[in-house]
Amino acid sequence: MSALLLAQEAATHVSTGEAISFWVLGPLALAGGLGMIFARNAVHSALFLVMTMLSLGVMYMVQQGPFLGFVQIIVYTGAIMMLFLFVLMLVGRDSSDSVVEVLRGQRLWATVLGVGLAVLIVAAVARALTEVRPLGLAGTEANGGRGNVANIGLKLFTDYVFPFELTSALLITAAVGAMVLGYVDRHVRGRKTQKELVEARFRGEHDRPSPLPGPGVFATSNSVATPALLPDGSVAEESLSRLIDATASEKLDEERKAVAGALPGPDARALAPGKEES
Amino acid sequence: MTGTINLAGTLADGAQQATGVANLAWLLLVLPAAGAAVLLIGGRRTDKWGHLLGSATVIGAFVYGLVLFFDTTALGADDRTRDLHLFDWISVNSLSVDLGLRLDPLSLTFVLLITGVGSLIHIYSIGYMSDDRDRRRFFAYLNLFVSAMLLLVLGNSFVTLYFGWEGVGLASYLLIGWYQGKDFAATAAKKAFLMNRVGDVGLALAIFLMFKHMGSTSYDVVFAEIGNQSTGVVVAIGILLLLGACGKSGQFPLQAWLPDAMAGPTPVSALIHAATMVTAGVYLIARSSPLYSLAQAEDARFVVMIIGAITLLIGCVIGCAYDDFKKVLAYSTVSQIGYMILAVGLGPAGYALGILHLLTHGFFKAGLFLGAGSVMHGMNDEGDIRRLGGLAKKMPITFITWTLGYLALIGFPFLSGYFSKDAIISAAFSAGGGRGWVFGGIALFGAGLTAFYMTRLLILVFLGKPRWEKLKSEDGRAYHPHESGPTMTIPMIILSIGSVAAGAILSGMLPGWLEPSVGELAEVHGPLSHTAVSILTVGISAIGAAIAFAVFGRREQPVTRPQRVSWPVRAARADLYGNHLNEALFARPGVWLTRFLVFVDNRGVDGVVNGIAAGLGGSSGRLRRLQTGFVRSYALSMLGGSILVIAALLMVRFA
Amino acid sequence: MTPTYYLLLSALLFTIGAVGVLVRRNAIVVFMCIELMLNAVNLSLVTFSRINGSLDGQIMAFFVMVVAAAEVVVGLAIIMSIFRTRRTASVDDSNLLKY
Repeated sequence: MSALLLAQEAATHVSTGEAISFWVLGPLALAGGLGMIFARNAVHSALFLVMTMLSLGVMYMVQQGPFLGFVQIIVYTGAIMMLFLFVLMLVGRDSSDSVVEVLRGQRLWATVLGVGLAVLIVAAVARALTEVRPLGLAGTEANGGRGNVANIGLKLFTDYVFPFELTSALLITAAVGAMVLGYVDRHVRGRKTQKELVEARFRGEHDRPSPLPGPGVFATSNSVATPALLPDGSVAEESLSRLIDATASEKLDEERKAVAGALPGPDARALAPGKEES
Repeated sequence: MTGTINLAGTLADGAQQATGVANLAWLLLVLPAAGAAVLLIGGRRTDKWGHLLGSATVIGAFVYGLVLFFDTTALGADDRTRDLHLFDWISVNSLSVDLGLRLDPLSLTFVLLITGVGSLIHIYSIGYMSDDRDRRRFFAYLNLFVSAMLLLVLGNSFVTLYFGWEGVGLASYLLIGWYQGKDFAATAAKKAFLMNRVGDVGLALAIFLMFKHMGSTSYDVVFAEIGNQSTGVVVAIGILLLLGACGKSGQFPLQAWLPDAMAGPTPVSALIHAATMVTAGVYLIARSSPLYSLAQAEDARFVVMIIGAITLLIGCVIGCAYDDFKKVLAYSTVSQIGYMILAVGLGPAGYALGILHLLTHGFFKAGLFLGAGSVMHGMNDEGDIRRLGGLAKKMPITFITWTLGYLALIGFPFLSGYFSKDAIISAAFSAGGGRGWVFGGIALFGAGLTAFYMTRLLILVFLGKPRWEKLKSEDGRAYHPHESGPTMTIPMIILSIGSVAAGAILSGMLPGWLEPSVGELAEVHGPLSHTAVSILTVGISAIGAAIAFAVFGRREQPVTRPQRVSWPVRAARADLYGNHLNEALFARPGVWLTRFLVFVDNRGVDGVVNGIAAGLGGSSGRLRRLQTGFVRSYALSMLGGSILVIAALLMVRFA
Repeated sequence: MTPTYYLLLSALLFTIGAVGVLVRRNAIVVFMCIELMLNAVNLSLVTFSRINGSLDGQIMAFFVMVVAAAEVVVGLAIIMSIFRTRRTASVDDSNLLKY
């Protein structure tokens, strides 16, 4: 990866390559941010944000943080943003903002305060850090020898092991919280017991006192498309699934006729051995 | 608790430390106090023997008082003033008040009067209150009173005196309001309490002044230092003490509560509102004699005399107009105390005379009240003298004892009042110049009036036709007058003996006996000789009595009081407008002030408080509109706040 | 050019995200704006890591990513459950908690 090479040079000064990449990626990131807040459509906002995040990921790599850069791209851009898009789709992507601002002066004040904040921070940073000579990570033990990923891992499991374990608790909690929030109990009023169901049926709360008849699987065929037969031989219409009825009913014509007695019924002796011979 | 000897031994005016039997002087206070405590805490369990215990404690105190008296008489005249230090009471920074007792002729005289008359009245009350369910509580209050009164006269500092002063005020309040179920009794108790407060404030201010200027409130220090004070301070203290005396003794302008205090049971009227408590003012001024004797206190003394003279006239005039047995006696008390105040206002020439009249008055006025109580006891509590009459035959003992008291009061020759009152009148004439003529004339005129209204009382109650025969009492019973039982008559007999003899015995001995306390009785010579004043007084009293006989004795008196009367009678019936005066001068402005303060409180203070609350509520009501529920508004304000914080940080960092 | 430029870019992206949170009403887009702010912070963390020659910044960015992932999971679940009951994903429609 060229970022690593660039990082080697940046130990003492900022290389031309890094400058170029910054002047390309920086405006991109800014454009992504602005696009995100100006896009009417939420999906577009999300995609603009993806662009910003990708730019930032590359910047991390340029700034001697390859591990973070990849995590940014894979986890942030890849996973979290996709989660955003997923939820957007679930909520309905037509739920874009209306143009009318209901809070009086909100946009004006937000702009004024935003500009003020930017001016303040930029002024402070510019004034405090005019000529910085970055130490860089290459010369130190940090990135020396083992490389960025190994060093981060080492630090995580030594100096930062306790916060690291805490994050595991945090993630578990978040997962459980998301499940609790996302779960919807569809049987809010409680599931009926079998006895209550039977009583309800006979009180007429349902269409019919008995359950729907099962398919006539075991009568002549092993297909769920086979209708059940009533005691008089007619087909029990309720036993046929509406989903498969259309396809099956054609094929069942013959059998219906047979059941209705329009065709000669099966010979009782048909199964008797030696009929063919006879 | 044992009496500890005050080892300081630096008593300013030569008070000795108490030794021997006097060391037990605290018994005087503790005996009645313990009686009150047992009876009040014991409650209904002590109902059966409560009156006996209550009487026993006071009699015990009287016996000890006698022992103490003879113990003191055995001493030389210079050693008769003794102090008994009990314990350090209040010790705050430079204010140090010890609870100590002052045993001297003056206080011992009062001890004997209080416990002696008190014992008799306790015994009398056994019979008088026999129908009352709460007799035990009555005796508890009486004991409480005796204890507080003894503390008042025995204390060796003004603060101790004040303690007793308030204690008797409390007991008086409780006993005036004894029939608390009746409105007039409750009102009278409240009135007495409130008007006493006015006087008490004066006394308290006087004590504050003493502490401020002399750094102490004990008699020793105050009387030693008072001579070094400026005239203004002395006069101020003198007048403030007089205000206290006026409140407690029912003197002008605070006299209005005393007649109303007759709402209490008759023994209370006799003990508290005739013989002892109301004379506390006289005691106070006599006790402060070192102060009033000073040349700087001339003005204060003059005010005392004016008050006394006004009061004795008021009492006599109103006494002529009232138809209520006890209220006439009450106004008589007011006027007699006026005599005493007038006497002590005369200075060294009058202290002993005031105390003498106080003692003789204690005897005969208590006897008169007990007689009145005996009459009311036998007449279904009927106190309207127009509905009485002709009771002499029905109640012979009461009649005789009452008549002896009556004679003593009007100054019948060689009975008690003759010695004490005539001496005061004589001393008043000798006050000097026009002043002497005025005060002497008033006192003389008062003697005539006294004879008039007391004779009127005698005629209407005991002589004449029995007007009660055709009447029924308020509760519908017919009157069946009868003589009272021995527990009531025996005290009356003893008191009547005192009324007859006390003056003759005491007038010779008392001035010398009191010398260590109030100084030598100054010999004064007025424009009239003592004999001339005596003849004049007796003559004027005889004229007053004769007029009363002429007016009331010769014709039938109506049962209801006549309404068409001349203006002096109307004014006298209205207490010479004393209540109206109080009402107009103090009550109305007080009510106005209160209304104004209520207005200020409602509109001003409450207005501020409510205004703040309303302002907060209103602004909150508007501010809460900021809580729009729109998350984005909140986020906007958060961003604004963040920017402010960042800007502030940067300003601190870079500015 | 110095690494400071990365920080300036990060500041601008952060501001864009903040403004986006304020002006967009679709809850999912608001959420995406928050993700953009997190990413901007990550960029500055990585840059600081490089300036300081220490891996700690990258570790921090890593943790930010983990937390962001957890947050997204829970946040989207919340949005989903709100959408299920109210049939809307607009943050302005959920304004019952007010005066």
